[in-house]
Amino acid sequence: MKSIILKTASNYLLPLLLLFSLFILLRGHYLPGGGFVGGLIASIAFVLHAFANGLQTTKHLLRIHPGFLMPIGLSVAFLAGISPMFLSGLPFMTGIWFPEPISVVGMIGSALFFDIGVYLVVIGISLTIIFTITESK
Amino acid sequence: MLIAILSGFLFSFFMVFVGKYMKGKLAFLSALIPLGLFIYFLQFAGRISNGEIISQTYAWVPSLGIDFGLTLDGLSLIFCLMITGIGFLVFAYTAAYLKGHHYLDRFYGYLGIFMAAMLGVVLSDNVISLFTFWELTSISSFFLIGFNNNEEASRKSAVLALAITGMGGLLLFAGVVILGNVVGTYSISEMLSSKEFIANSPQYTLIVALIFGAAFTKSAQFPFHFWLPGAMKAPTPVSTYLHSATMVKAGVYLLMRFTPILGSTEFWNSTLIIVGSITMLYAAIHTLFRTDLKGILAYSTISALGILVFLIGLGTEAALLAACVFILVHALYKATLFLITGIIDHETGTRDVTVLSGLRKVLFPVAIAGFLAAISNAGIPPSFGFLGKDLIYEATLHFGNSAILLTVLAIITNILLLYAGFLAGIKPFTGKLPHTFSKVHLPSFLMWTPPLILAILGILIGVFPSIIQGSLIQPAVNALGETGSAVELKLWHGFNTILALSATTIGIGLLFYFFIKPSVKIEAAIKKLEYLSPKTMIEGFGIAFGHFSKIWTTFFQNGFLRHYVSTIILFLVLVMGYTLINNTNYVLNFSSLTQLTIYEVITVIIMIGGILYTVFSKSRLAAVAAMGVVGLTISLIFVYYSAPDLAMTQFAIDTLTVILFVLVLYRLPKYLKLSNYKSRIKDGILSITFGTLITILALEVLNEPQNSEISEFYAANAYLLAKGKNVVNVILVDFRGIDTFMEITVLTIAAIGVFGLLKLRLTTKDRAIVKDKNKI
Amino acid sequence: MELLLAILIGLLYAAGLYMMLRRSLVKLIIGLILLGNGANLLIFLLGRITKGLPPIIPEESSVFTSAYADPVPQALILTAIVISFGLQSFAIILVKRAYKVVKTDDLDQMNSTDR
Repeated sequence: MKSIILKTASNYLLPLLLLFSLFILLRGHYLPGGGFVGGLIASIAFVLHAFANGLQTTKHLLRIHPGFLMPIGLSVAFLAGISPMFLSGLPFMTGIWFPEPISVVGMIGSALFFDIGVYLVVIGISLTIIFTITESK
Repeated sequence: MLIAILSGFLFSFFMVFVGKYMKGKLAFLSALIPLGLFIYFLQFAGRISNGEIISQTYAWVPSLGIDFGLTLDGLSLIFCLMITGIGFLVFAYTAAYLKGHHYLDRFYGYLGIFMAAMLGVVLSDNVISLFTFWELTSISSFFLIGFNNNEEASRKSAVLALAITGMGGLLLFAGVVILGNVVGTYSISEMLSSKEFIANSPQYTLIVALIFGAAFTKSAQFPFHFWLPGAMKAPTPVSTYLHSATMVKAGVYLLMRFTPILGSTEFWNSTLIIVGSITMLYAAIHTLFRTDLKGILAYSTISALGILVFLIGLGTEAALLAACVFILVHALYKATLFLITGIIDHETGTRDVTVLSGLRKVLFPVAIAGFLAAISNAGIPPSFGFLGKDLIYEATLHFGNSAILLTVLAIITNILLLYAGFLAGIKPFTGKLPHTFSKVHLPSFLMWTPPLILAILGILIGVFPSIIQGSLIQPAVNALGETGSAVELKLWHGFNTILALSATTIGIGLLFYFFIKPSVKIEAAIKKLEYLSPKTMIEGFGIAFGHFSKIWTTFFQNGFLRHYVSTIILFLVLVMGYTLINNTNYVLNFSSLTQLTIYEVITVIIMIGGILYTVFSKSRLAAVAAMGVVGLTISLIFVYYSAPDLAMTQFAIDTLTVILFVLVLYRLPKYLKLSNYKSRIKDGILSITFGTLITILALEVLNEPQNSEISEFYAANAYLLAKGKNVVNVILVDFRGIDTFMEITVLTIAAIGVFGLLKLRLTTKDRAIVKDKNKI
Repeated sequence: MELLLAILIGLLYAAGLYMMLRRSLVKLIIGLILLGNGANLLIFLLGRITKGLPPIIPEESSVFTSAYADPVPQALILTAIVISFGLQSFAIILVKRAYKVVKTDDLDQMNSTDR
């Protein structure tokens, strides 16, 4: 699939799609979207890039193996879960927030970080699965 | 006392680590554990003889009212001393008997578990813990019988013994649970006060029958006796310890323990008398036809157990006293005989009684032990056995109308037992020493002192019965609920009927010994009747059951995935269909349905086309593409019906799945049409029926009112509590956040699984194995 | 529409089951996916379908002011969709791997280790 059009387009599409996935992720608490969908969109962006430019290019672009995103994401989600226990002495997974909302994202709280964790894990698993299959003979 | 029980288990546990160091010379040191326990229990003798009952309670399962209670009374004490005392001698004996054996450590480990479990059985006050330890003795017995696990006969005997005693264990469990429910307590000492209440309850017969089942299987009573001769495949120390002195007496112990609770009813007494007398005669007659020393001893053990059950069945004070004494008598002489059999086997390599003779010249101390044990067995004064036999006759003679019949039965049994004892204890040592045995020499003192000690004890107690009279026998009889008169044991009662009976027994027995010679011919002749024995019948039942389960299993677990699936679905269809047909009213409220629009209809049509194309397409790629279409139309339905999150996720996942399929697909084989027309029609009918039922089910559920309490809570609190406005997302990341966390963990595991599956490389060896399997 | 959806669900279940009863491994997985889709739709339908009212609280308000679609089945299905992706990818790779090792995708020839 070394089509020149796709190759060129994917170079522009990748940052755009990633930006879009972040947008979907961050607005998830207020409008349709969230970590699952955002993560899936981001991984589709990378898969598209890999199809157009070859797997090695995409891997080089990523710098780390996508598998590492899984433990990172799990840790982020877990830390978001236990943060109220340390910061406010509340039970596991209680939501806590910064007092003032910011634009686009709205209120920033532990739930958002949890969603970011989900986002990272989803990218990690879909890319791991698809990259492993593409590599294998 | 808990420590006493635990020490055996701890010992076994440590064997795992220190086992390899003791295969050398340290093995005899392990005998210090039973010796220590023996001394420990001995120090209670004083307090017990004063009528004290020592008990300790630990909470175990408080919610079910199960406490781990331990009680030491006279009856328990006799058993504890037997278990630890004979245990000590057997442990020491084993050190020499199995010297240098590769699995000596295991052997000691099993023995330790057995000893601890057996102590647990006799010390438990709680019937549930009694049952637990009871099963443990069966399990350790299984391992010990099958110790020579490279012999098929050993393995078979071990399984047979486990099957029979394990079945008994289940009966015991059922029995004690029902008993516990009737009385309202699981503690034996608390049950003592409700004897009348239990005897009048409707479940009485059931409880007693179940407990009989347990006792008869464990104590090898007819018709469950056959596992015991098979158990003789175990090394001789095991036969000595488990299958003559202690474990098989657990059944007798159980009956004695429950005598004050369940005893003295018509059902209890007559069943025990009948079963006991059949067993004692049947087994005693069998000893006439055996030539293997251990076979003879096995049947004489069964016979002795029969006598014990018989005595408990008589249930009079004299009979219970006789039972208490006879337990000790039997343990002492039978253990001796087994141990010397072990020595003979170990030194000459044979146990055939027709070959063995004249061994006194080479094994003199062993011959003394054998002689003394045979005397005690025969009941010749001044041995302890004489005392025991007298008490038995005393008990039968004073048993009302059937006294004469019962006494005759006892005399016949005793005559035959005398013959068996002489055959095992005296015959191998008398006569001329054959040339083949001239090189035989005396083994290590660790082997010949234990039988000698036991045999001498057997005489010593006979001469001075007062040693045990007050300290052991009196409290034991009291524990059985007989608190009437004081026990008095005497060797000499003067000239009376009993003495005459004893003399007759000894006389006829000696005649038997001198005139009947054991021969291989008779043994072979009796084997022809084997097909009539209970063993053959129960084995036959076992084999038939095995065949049945094999047919059953191969029918349902036939290795074809689709058969499993269709069996499950067929069952589901039948159950669901039956319920739906009976409860459906086939009314659909059309006014409540949402309006149809043209683009919805188009979507549905596309989707139906996609499904049909997926199913009937002959190309894999087309099928996968059609499946993708189905996924996308579902995503559209989510869009129409207010689920934007779902629509987005479905769309993304659908894309990824199709990509995945396409990536893998070209490495897979062509789509083959493997099934024939008939099976396709069959599966099609099943599938359509199933689908129709699901449709009806869905419509039925729509007619039911909906409970939306949970949704309302989430909707009302999404912003107030969680500061989010997309309720679906709030549920996922906040209200049910832990579920989501688990979900991403599962996904991670799946991804790691994929990674592992693809990066895994088979070695050449694995490939060869797979190739072989393919050939088959 | 409910009636149509119910029939559709029945069709998905029937098609999924039929595919699972075939001997080919690939068909087995396709059947599994169809069955999963059917189950998702069934949950969706039983949660009562509502047109044009997503479960999102209006911007200016802090509670719902009008009717809304039930969010609980949606949350359940979202989870199910994502989990089934994990399941499907694992199953697909398992088939690929099994085919590579035993050189067949005929389920009936794969059961030699099962007996």
